[in-house]
Amino acid sequence: MDMKANKKKLGLKEKYAHMTRGLDWETTYQPMDKVFPQATFEGIKIHDWEKWEDPFRLTMDAYWKYQAEKERKLYAVLDAFAQNNGHLGITDARYLNAVKLFLTGISPLEYVAHRGFAAAGRNFPGVGPRVACLMQSIDEIRHAQTQIHALSNYNKFYEGFHAGAAHQIERIWYLSVPKSFFDDAFSAGPFEWMIAIGFSFEYVLTNLLFVPFMSGAAYNGDMATVTFGFSAQSDEARHMTLGLECIKFMLEQDPDNLPIVQKWIDKWAWRGIRVLTLVGMMMDYMLPKRVMSWKEAWEIYFEQNGGALFNDLAKYGIKVPDCITQCTVDKEHISHQAWCTFYQYAHASAFHTWLPNAEEMDWLSAKYPNTFDKYYRPRYEQWREMADKGERFYNNTLPMLCQVCQIPMVFTEPDDPTKICYRESDYQGEKYHTCSDGCKHIFDDEPEKYIQAWLPVHQIYMGNCWPEGTDPTAEGFDPMAKVLEWYHIENGKDNLDYEGSGDQANFAAWRGAATQNT
Amino acid sequence: MQIDLRTVAIKPLRHTFDHLVERFGDKSASRYQEGSYNIQQEHIFHYRPTWDADRVLFDKKRTKIQMKDWYALKDPRQYYYGAYTIARARQQEAAESSFEMIEDRGLAELIPAELKQIALDVLVPMRHVEWGGNMGNSYITAYGYGTVITQPCLYHAMDHLGVAQYLTRIGLVLDGPDALDAAKEAWMSGAAWQPMRHHVENLLVLDDWFEIFVAQNLVLEGLLNPMLYDYLDADFSAKGGTAISMMTRFMAEWSAETAKWIDAQIKTAAAESPENKEQLSAWVKHYRSATREALAPIAQRAFGDKADDVLADLVSEFNARCAKLGLAV
Repeated sequence: MDMKANKKKLGLKEKYAHMTRGLDWETTYQPMDKVFPQATFEGIKIHDWEKWEDPFRLTMDAYWKYQAEKERKLYAVLDAFAQNNGHLGITDARYLNAVKLFLTGISPLEYVAHRGFAAAGRNFPGVGPRVACLMQSIDEIRHAQTQIHALSNYNKFYEGFHAGAAHQIERIWYLSVPKSFFDDAFSAGPFEWMIAIGFSFEYVLTNLLFVPFMSGAAYNGDMATVTFGFSAQSDEARHMTLGLECIKFMLEQDPDNLPIVQKWIDKWAWRGIRVLTLVGMMMDYMLPKRVMSWKEAWEIYFEQNGGALFNDLAKYGIKVPDCITQCTVDKEHISHQAWCTFYQYAHASAFHTWLPNAEEMDWLSAKYPNTFDKYYRPRYEQWREMADKGERFYNNTLPMLCQVCQIPMVFTEPDDPTKICYRESDYQGEKYHTCSDGCKHIFDDEPEKYIQAWLPVHQIYMGNCWPEGTDPTAEGFDPMAKVLEWYHIENGKDNLDYEGSGDQANFAAWRGAATQNT
Repeated sequence: MQIDLRTVAIKPLRHTFDHLVERFGDKSASRYQEGSYNIQQEHIFHYRPTWDADRVLFDKKRTKIQMKDWYALKDPRQYYYGAYTIARARQQEAAESSFEMIEDRGLAELIPAELKQIALDVLVPMRHVEWGGNMGNSYITAYGYGTVITQPCLYHAMDHLGVAQYLTRIGLVLDGPDALDAAKEAWMSGAAWQPMRHHVENLLVLDDWFEIFVAQNLVLEGLLNPMLYDYLDADFSAKGGTAISMMTRFMAEWSAETAKWIDAQIKTAAAESPENKEQLSAWVKHYRSATREALAPIAQRAFGDKADDVLADLVSEFNARCAKLGLAV
């Protein structure tokens, strides 16, 4: 019996086009601007949504299949890691302080990215970008969850992880830096979100953020984190593609979009680079086995790769953000200035700090020949001397924070590394302080937004950072102790020096038990 | 018999994170718990959204429904991303093998013409209804409150996209790309589809996310899915259209599974307070009649003169379901 000849099979691309395109329609019973109320208020003009290609071109069945396969592998590794005391394989428990910073500072951002991309996935009036954004939204909750799952095992054995991935980012002073970045992006409209997170964060800066942490994990024997990192790699590649696609789409749709997009690129490049201060510090100071210096990473991933990107965007009229001139100066300083700050405020941080040892200082001298010996080594030597005499230096007053990036005002003038940089703006009869020309510029452009900032130091002084029911008039009231309690920082366990910490002692004892017969 | 491998045992300092210890005690938490509870920020936000200046980014006041603890709305399936994708991957594998068999053996050719036309007229335009379901659930993901309910709504949104794609594929198998054009044409201007399109568009402009949950997930899906995947499917199977049933297998399983999750949300929210119960019931009554009207001409095409009976049955089964959930409808 002859079967009837099969109809010609559709090609993959053609099939995908049918699967997703044409699903949407111009509504007529309800006006389009009510169905998509956020599509125009930012001033971006779009004439043809069909021109935004969905860069992923994944049907749901393919997505489920590929992602499930990755999940099965990832969780098999995490289970094996937990079963075999994988945590004892890291270079040193000191390394885990970088991971604490990641869990409390980065994982919560993955979560907010998930919600923000869901909003973008609802709000754009085109199927291609909506589906792409929703796929990124679901990927981002994957990342938040797999990070928590990967690091959950460390929480069982080490201090500083127990508050989890959301409590501290709302409260702790240095975590308001990444938090306010994402709050800023999500409280803007969907197009600015795409430039802020889709383009600047996921495309321009991901090699300086995600990659250093994952490479640090690989270099330091952290199999849990690096397995997550490898597993997320193909997701991240998709997200980078989406980020680039969206900016080209906006620029191609209407010439009036160029100045708006340029303004956002300038703003988010600087916002992002300020957040990266924490990563720079992690790379230069927190890894027992270092991957590369912050300065090297900046030169490779921003100056070289980013330069190529901006060359590519030049045909649309996009210029390299002005702040890059300052970044070229800053790359020699910011990681040191940040670590010096954390060293002084180790009592108010959810991870341990330490002074770099002689070998580490030599490495820093070699990596930063223009600045380290001149400006920073003497500081560490002085602190070492004080610590040896039993006078370990803690700074017990709280620092002023920048109104925009929320980093303590510790950065120096571009032309004088011995002078703290302050900028001031007046708005509605009040003075607002920023740490740099970049942040001042951002403030002056949207003062009504940045005056709302919840600045952790101001809030402490206003008495808003104590557990419910605290009575500040009670006898013997210790405000800092109450702040730590509200932060979920266990004083003496999670904070202070690594030297002499419970983590250090436990790791030595456990590794001893695992490798010796005594 | 059992063998006993020895390992180096280290006593952990704690078993899980603070917020889970508070909630469930200091014991090992499940991956669902670790990945879902309290991972949304709650109290402190820096800037008012430019698109909703009266509220904060994650705000409990974006719905009339109120809960003392939003994390009471947990997912009985305990889906976190890994569990969800692994479950769907298994289902899609089964669906894929059905489609392959139908395509390879030309089984679509054996479907009686009349049934095939019903499938083209009724199932294929539903891809647009599914797209509406995707939009509603992505709205909830973005603006809802508490990860235990926003997270499964994203999975549900992606499922709707998946279902829209399976329905698309049914169109392609039965009649090639022309089927999609015909379905779009019917959706945009065919008389039978206008009440449904009107209804779906009304859901796209709702502001209260829990109202969308009720209107879309409980009521529209609660009437539509059984109509398509129980009643119509039974007709297909009985009259020689098993190939169509094979192609809707994913949806049949999916709708039964998701209904359990939806029920748990409604039941918990209704039990929380008399105000919630009253509001939920009022929404159900309103959307039940709107949905029924929107379904009537489609049921007519699907079931002919049995349409009224089928709709009456569907509504009475739906009412029984709501009564079990504690609603007064």
